[in-house]
Amino acid sequence: MAGAVPGLSNSVALGIMKPPSTDQVAVSIKSVVKTFGEGPGAVTALDDVSLDIADNEFFTLLGPSGCGKTTLLRIIAGFEDLTNGAVFLYGDEIEQLPPNKRPVNTVFQHYALFPHMGVSENVAFGLRRLKHDEAAIRSRVSEMLELVQLDQLADRLPAQLSGGQQQRVALARALAPNPKVLLLDEPLSALDLKLRQAMRVELKQLQEDTGITFIFVTHDQEEALTMSDRIAVMSAGQVQQIGSADDIYERPVNRFVADFIGDTNLLEVKVTGTAAKGAVTCETGQGIKLTCLPAGAPKKGDRAHVSIRPEKITLTQPSRAKDAIPCTVGRLIYLGTDTQCLVNLDDGTEIMVRNQNAHGSALQFGTGDKAALKLDDGAARLLMD
Amino acid sequence: MAGSLGLTTNGAVQPKAAAPISRDRLLLLSPALIAILVFLVTPLIFIITYSFLTPGTYGGVEWVFSTDAYVQFLFERDLFTEDLVFSNAYLSIYSRSALQAIVATVICLIIGFPTAYFIATRPVSQRTAWVFLITVPYWINLLIRTVSMLFIIRDEGPINHALIALGVTSEPIRMAYTDFGIALGLVYSYLPFMVLPIYASIERFDFRLMEAAYDLYSDRWTILRKIVLPITKPGIIAGSLLVFIPSLGSFIAPDLLGGGKNLMIGNLIALQFQGSRNWPFGSASAVILMTIVLIVLIIFARRRAQAAGH
Amino acid sequence: MARNSPRTLRRYPGFRWVAGGCLLLLYGPMIVITIYSFNSIRSITTWGGFSFDWYLKAFNNPNIQSATANSLIIAIAAATTATALAVAASLAMIRGPRFKGSEFGFALINLPLMVPEIVTAVASLIFFLAVGINLGLTTILLAHIVFCIPFAYMPIAARLEGIEGFYEDAARDLYASRWETFRYVLLPMMLPGILSGYVLAFIISLDDFIITNLVAGPGATTLPLAIYGMVRVGFTPEINAISTMMLGVSMIFVTVSYLIGRSGAKSKGS
Ligand SMILES: Nc1ncnc2c1ncn2[C@@H]1O[C@H](COP(=O)(O)OP(=O)(O)OP(=O)(O)O)[C@@H](O)[C@H]1O
Ligand SMILES: [Mg+2]
Repeated sequence: MAGAVPGLSNSVALGIMKPPSTDQVAVSIKSVVKTFGEGPGAVTALDDVSLDIADNEFFTLLGPSGCGKTTLLRIIAGFEDLTNGAVFLYGDEIEQLPPNKRPVNTVFQHYALFPHMGVSENVAFGLRRLKHDEAAIRSRVSEMLELVQLDQLADRLPAQLSGGQQQRVALARALAPNPKVLLLDEPLSALDLKLRQAMRVELKQLQEDTGITFIFVTHDQEEALTMSDRIAVMSAGQVQQIGSADDIYERPVNRFVADFIGDTNLLEVKVTGTAAKGAVTCETGQGIKLTCLPAGAPKKGDRAHVSIRPEKITLTQPSRAKDAIPCTVGRLIYLGTDTQCLVNLDDGTEIMVRNQNAHGSALQFGTGDKAALKLDDGAARLLMD
Repeated sequence: MAGSLGLTTNGAVQPKAAAPISRDRLLLLSPALIAILVFLVTPLIFIITYSFLTPGTYGGVEWVFSTDAYVQFLFERDLFTEDLVFSNAYLSIYSRSALQAIVATVICLIIGFPTAYFIATRPVSQRTAWVFLITVPYWINLLIRTVSMLFIIRDEGPINHALIALGVTSEPIRMAYTDFGIALGLVYSYLPFMVLPIYASIERFDFRLMEAAYDLYSDRWTILRKIVLPITKPGIIAGSLLVFIPSLGSFIAPDLLGGGKNLMIGNLIALQFQGSRNWPFGSASAVILMTIVLIVLIIFARRRAQAAGH
Repeated sequence: MARNSPRTLRRYPGFRWVAGGCLLLLYGPMIVITIYSFNSIRSITTWGGFSFDWYLKAFNNPNIQSATANSLIIAIAAATTATALAVAASLAMIRGPRFKGSEFGFALINLPLMVPEIVTAVASLIFFLAVGINLGLTTILLAHIVFCIPFAYMPIAARLEGIEGFYEDAARDLYASRWETFRYVLLPMMLPGILSGYVLAFIISLDDFIITNLVAGPGATTLPLAIYGMVRVGFTPEINAISTMMLGVSMIFVTVSYLIGRSGAKSKGS
């Protein structure tokens, strides 16, 4: 049965061994379109999505609710047909394969543990369907339960487990057949904060140990930034940017990404010229001149936006220095390690600044004080949309 | 509001367009539907057809079109002149049946509403037990229940024996084989149908409304009339229909407790296929009963749709 | 007790007695007939002592024996068939998107509940005679299967509606074929609904009198038909005994079905 997938039946070898890392593409999504319904009520959940996910990668789909993350995952797993495009798994087109013939397993958002089966039966389920022999199944199940530290609870029913334990069973169940790709749909969303943070580390560790390609869905950016090799930021059915955590935070390609990941200040500017090392100069409506690294290729006179992260601005005493931007201090919010200040430029534009309290810099100001802003080098990023 | 009921015609939220059924699902659905189509829908078509045929001499039908079966309800053919003379013999069976069914419905309502109200104001733990007790009789063999009712109300039954022994009466009070007996039997048969829907609507009733009414100087019974009854009306109507419809077509209660003398529609229909053997007339009676039931159901569904629309 | 408490303000004097009277009306006749079934003598007025004589007499009555056998055979066959049909139909009706004609399918499944029983009875009779099926156990069985379908369908469909689709996705994801998904995941999860549907269909078939009476023909007798025949002749304590047994059987089955349904509803939440 499983033999229908080239290599699957052999690849579901027992034992967790990290395969040699390759540059092979694990999952390739080519121009995928998915529309639900027909006529005027139709919803386009995925609008021409293309992605390549490398073997061994921890790949995250990040985006706001309804942007199509789950839909993409369900298409890879085989639960939904495509409207257009193609999906390849290690080079093979898999559109024709039903979900039970794909060497891909899913950790469901609400775990979907079979309520009438005990923990070990849940974990054994996939192995039984693959017709492994009983002894192999038993050793694989105990190995998996040990891996997720649930060997004590093998005979419990799902209803008798806590949320975190259920989550581990779901993970063990999906890993047991040693899939080539593991799909995880917001697996941590039902857990409380402490457990969620602990599981992040464990999941990442697990991915590294097993060498299985993880495709992880979340709308929690902190989760995405801390765990992923690469992140695809999605919005309204389209991929906005693919890159490492550092890439998407430091070098967003458009306003959506800059705004969605972390906090930022967006200022409308006009491009005025070029500067050294690919940087360009631009000017806000109020006449503040900025030097920034651009996303894309701006021409002189283009209207664009500049994104400046609040922690890359320092609040200082009023200064006549050329790069000091005069402002008035508005509200100060004490955040423990940081202080966040909302300041107003002379034309009323509100800017958010966040400075560490260790320097004591922001705390010395009071509401209404005159002050100045100083940008770190490379703090300003020019976005062309 | 209306959108959720699929009533929108041009509202913002379009109901999802329904696709043709897939082959697998058709395969799964067919056995049940075919069974019902062959062994229920086809027989119903047969009975409609038969109601327009001519009766055979020894039961059965002759394939000659005739509306006599329907004409027979209102008119009698004069033996000598062949003229149609108005006759209310059969019409009266229908009106008697309707009257019996209405009486049974009203009695069920008088017993059922206070019972449902009482159950709904019990603590939650007791409610389940009460609902269970009210539901059980529905699943118990109707024939046997009716037999046991006949057993106790017979002239020689325990009730009459007790009444005579207590000196309340010297002769047995005749209850079995009377209209009273039939009404009692109908109430006994269908009472759970009245209690359960009313209970469901009282359970959803927001009792804070009652406190608001007390606060506005109403007394208990005014509150019952002006607040509780109007708000629980859907349950009352549902319960009344659930009692009225099966009462109208009932067979067992009038047969056993009416002693076969006080006919109702159900007995009239069955008789045509046993004793007097006029199949077209029996078929026509069945068609008329079915039509009445259908009309009542449609009116009810309409009203409900209207109420939901507001 | 406080005069003005939320509980007392809701109360209506007399309603308690009506509710009590309602229970008395519903259960009184059944209790009385049960008591008399154990009276060793025929008398209505005197208690001759507790005995099982009438039950023994009923058991030894060959007519009752064969009627009981017929009733059981038909109830088992009808409930089994109707349950199988209802399980298949519920999968088609409830899984997957709405399809053209689903309202029609739903109406058809519930049609046996809408048509007055006496109409179904005579319609079935003329149908069987017209197409030339001999009246007997076969015709009883066919008619029973049809009116058992909605009773089996209701709890099964309700149960299936409560099972979220992701369990099937999970099974498919773990290499289960469609059949294996049904066999190992959906079927066990539906089991409480299926059992409760089976039990209801069984009781409904066992209890039916009106339809059976018309389609039975001269030879075949079921327990309700036998009791009806005996009552027409006159009351005997034997009737009380058989009736009490049937009451007991129905009672047990309803309670079982109720308990299954409740345990199903409980485990559904997990
Ligand atoms: N079966 C369906 N029928 C119709 N529309 C659907 C269906 N499934 C998803 N959609 C629509 O497709 C879009 C994308 O849904 P999807 O579930 O992929 O979002 P998501 O990114 O996973 O969101 P969330 O973070 O809330 O889970 C949404 O607009 C949703 O309403
Ligand atoms: Mg989702």
